[in-house]
Amino acid sequence: MAGAHATQHPKLQHHFDNLDQQFEASALGMWLFLVTEILFFGGLFLAYLVYRIAYPEAFAEASHELDVVLGGVNTAVLIGSSLTMAMAVWSAQLGKRSGQMLFLALTIGLGLVFLGIKAVEYSHKFEHGLVPGPNFRFESARNPVPAQLFFSLYFVMTGIHALHMIVGIGIMTVLFVMAFKGRFTRAYHTPVEVSGLYWHFVDIVWIFLFPLLYLIDRHGPVGH
Amino acid sequence: MDTAATPHANYLTDGYGLKSWLLTKDHKRIGLLYLISVSAFFVLGAVFAGLIRLELMTPAGDLVESDVYNKIFTMHGVIMVFFFLIPAIPAVLGNFLVPLMIGAKDLAFPRLNLLSWYVYTIGGVFTLWALVNGGVDTGWTFYTPYSSAFSNSNVALVVVGIFINGFSSILTGLNFIVTIHKMRAPGMTWFRLPLFIWAHYATALIMVLGTPVIAITLVMVAAERLLHFGIFDPTLGGDPVLFQHLFWFYSHPAVYIMILPAMGVMSELVAAFSRKRIFGYEVVAFSSLAIAVVGFLVWGHHMFVSSQSVYAAMAFSLLSFLVAIPSAIKVFNWSATLFKGSISFDSPMVYVFGFIGLFLIGGLTGLFLAALAVDVHVHDTYFVVAHFHYIMVGGTIMMYLGGLHYWWPKIFGKLYHEGLARVSAVVIFIGFNLTFFPQFIVGYLGMPRRYHAYPPEFQLWNILSSAGAVMLAVGYAMPTFYLLYSLVKGKPAPANPWGAKGLEWETPSPPPTHNFDTTPVVTEPPYNYAK
Ligand SMILES: [Cu+2]
Repeated sequence: MAGAHATQHPKLQHHFDNLDQQFEASALGMWLFLVTEILFFGGLFLAYLVYRIAYPEAFAEASHELDVVLGGVNTAVLIGSSLTMAMAVWSAQLGKRSGQMLFLALTIGLGLVFLGIKAVEYSHKFEHGLVPGPNFRFESARNPVPAQLFFSLYFVMTGIHALHMIVGIGIMTVLFVMAFKGRFTRAYHTPVEVSGLYWHFVDIVWIFLFPLLYLIDRHGPVGH
Repeated sequence: MDTAATPHANYLTDGYGLKSWLLTKDHKRIGLLYLISVSAFFVLGAVFAGLIRLELMTPAGDLVESDVYNKIFTMHGVIMVFFFLIPAIPAVLGNFLVPLMIGAKDLAFPRLNLLSWYVYTIGGVFTLWALVNGGVDTGWTFYTPYSSAFSNSNVALVVVGIFINGFSSILTGLNFIVTIHKMRAPGMTWFRLPLFIWAHYATALIMVLGTPVIAITLVMVAAERLLHFGIFDPTLGGDPVLFQHLFWFYSHPAVYIMILPAMGVMSELVAAFSRKRIFGYEVVAFSSLAIAVVGFLVWGHHMFVSSQSVYAAMAFSLLSFLVAIPSAIKVFNWSATLFKGSISFDSPMVYVFGFIGLFLIGGLTGLFLAALAVDVHVHDTYFVVAHFHYIMVGGTIMMYLGGLHYWWPKIFGKLYHEGLARVSAVVIFIGFNLTFFPQFIVGYLGMPRRYHAYPPEFQLWNILSSAGAVMLAVGYAMPTFYLLYSLVKGKPAPANPWGAKGLEWETPSPPPTHNFDTTPVVTEPPYNYAK
């Protein structure tokens, strides 16, 4: 086996036999991590479900306070970033350095746009006293108590999602630097591929959050 | 084995400075880092247990105020559950042995493995900070709304500490699953894996699937305390019972994070010291997975008196009976393995018999508690306390120590005093029963848990229990001394001191840094003993 070691790829860690095994291990590891993420967000979705069933009217009324246009634009932005991420992975598979850098930069840019719009939405909530706590004041006070619960869930769910976006942008920045240094080749691009899985996952979480928080019951019988 | 005579380079001699330990990526060294931290937390948790038993010597609450007592039992529970029992076997023995047993050079993600130890340590620091800052008084279960809205103690700090610590569990589990899938040596098929590996695979599944749920639950509690988000606060429309559902969705399976690895150790020891293949190997392997799966469906048995619907309670009761079946299968198969085996009574085997006795009592009283009517009677009494200590202490710690004795010569390359080891195993067994069996009786008579005072008629049982605790302390102190002494003066251990089967015994003691000089090729079934 001495000969095999002499020709070993520089990115192959000592405890793996070959790059394929190393890639498969990393990919499986990321899929498992995403499973833990599903259960992590699952606790929040369960809480949302329980309270939505308990207080349907209050939730419908409170969801009218969210800005559907900004939320919709953000959904489009994130779906766009998933496309650029997929293109970045594709460029990495082909070993195209300029493509990797372009698409990673676009992904980072779209991620920042999303966070910017989210920040605007949050500041509106602060202005209108829709942040749970002592300063909470819900204007059409038909269901003030459960409405506060809706906003608690809104802030925890979108806040944790935004935190995942920030982590994702950090990862993409590291990848961008690595791509700039020409680290990814046809033979070795595991970090791009695995980080892509993470980015798509964070997008998918938003795809669930958007209808649950912004859309359901918007045109239902209550709240008119 | 002549390998012991000539000293060889091994993972212990590969670098001596502090840095070579704190920045190590070697799973064996990380296992030892965990051994040290986990042992420190065990001692701390035991000190709190000692204070509890001291207070309960007399019926009057005369040693400490009730507030202080609340903090003492909370710290005992938090430390023992999250910082000792959950990491003990997987993070120490599992870390050391999983790659060795499957013929790998390391775990799949060595850096994540080291990170998991740091995460554990940081979580521990937060918890100790809370302790120094005045402690926490909610009980280890953090029930809302007391924890979220009323308690004036350091709930947020401890909750953050446990949240952080959870990631060490997730990282360990993730590492085990990927390693077992992708890193097995040539010829190491799934049905040639030692049962220790199957047990750790099942444990890792629970770590990966359950831990995130407690993490998000604690985030919600912290958000409620720090930001006044009322997710569990009834005055804000929240439901405190939702917390219990989420908490027990993790915390019941957490019991299996503690006991499944212990069962894995059991299988190794039973086979090695009866010189037989484990009876019904496949069934034992799959029963671990069955426990992991069904264990996720029984959480409601903690909530029979928490406003749960009676139909839900009946379903949870039935499922709780069901989850006992795979555990019982294991006990029957171990017994069948012992039958007509060439049994030797080396010290790990003494722990095996201790485990069977204690786990049997713990498991059978679990059936009492799964029955709705009985549970309503003994809910929140010492009967429950005794039951889960029989499983967690009688089961997990017996096998943690049994495994530590079995693999000690492999880990450190030294032999300990066998006579003292057998004596201490017996002392622990007797001390344990003396401590906890009276609690079944006094609990059934109606003594509630978590009070520092009690009616005088319960005193006899409590004195017996406290006396047992002293004996237990002696039993735990003994291995500390003779095991540490063996590091200094112990005879060097051969590669395979027990004459056992398994890849870990085919490499020198202690193993070289990369585990095997040449990658092993597996050609035979596990536990391939002569008979
Ligand atoms: Cu349980």
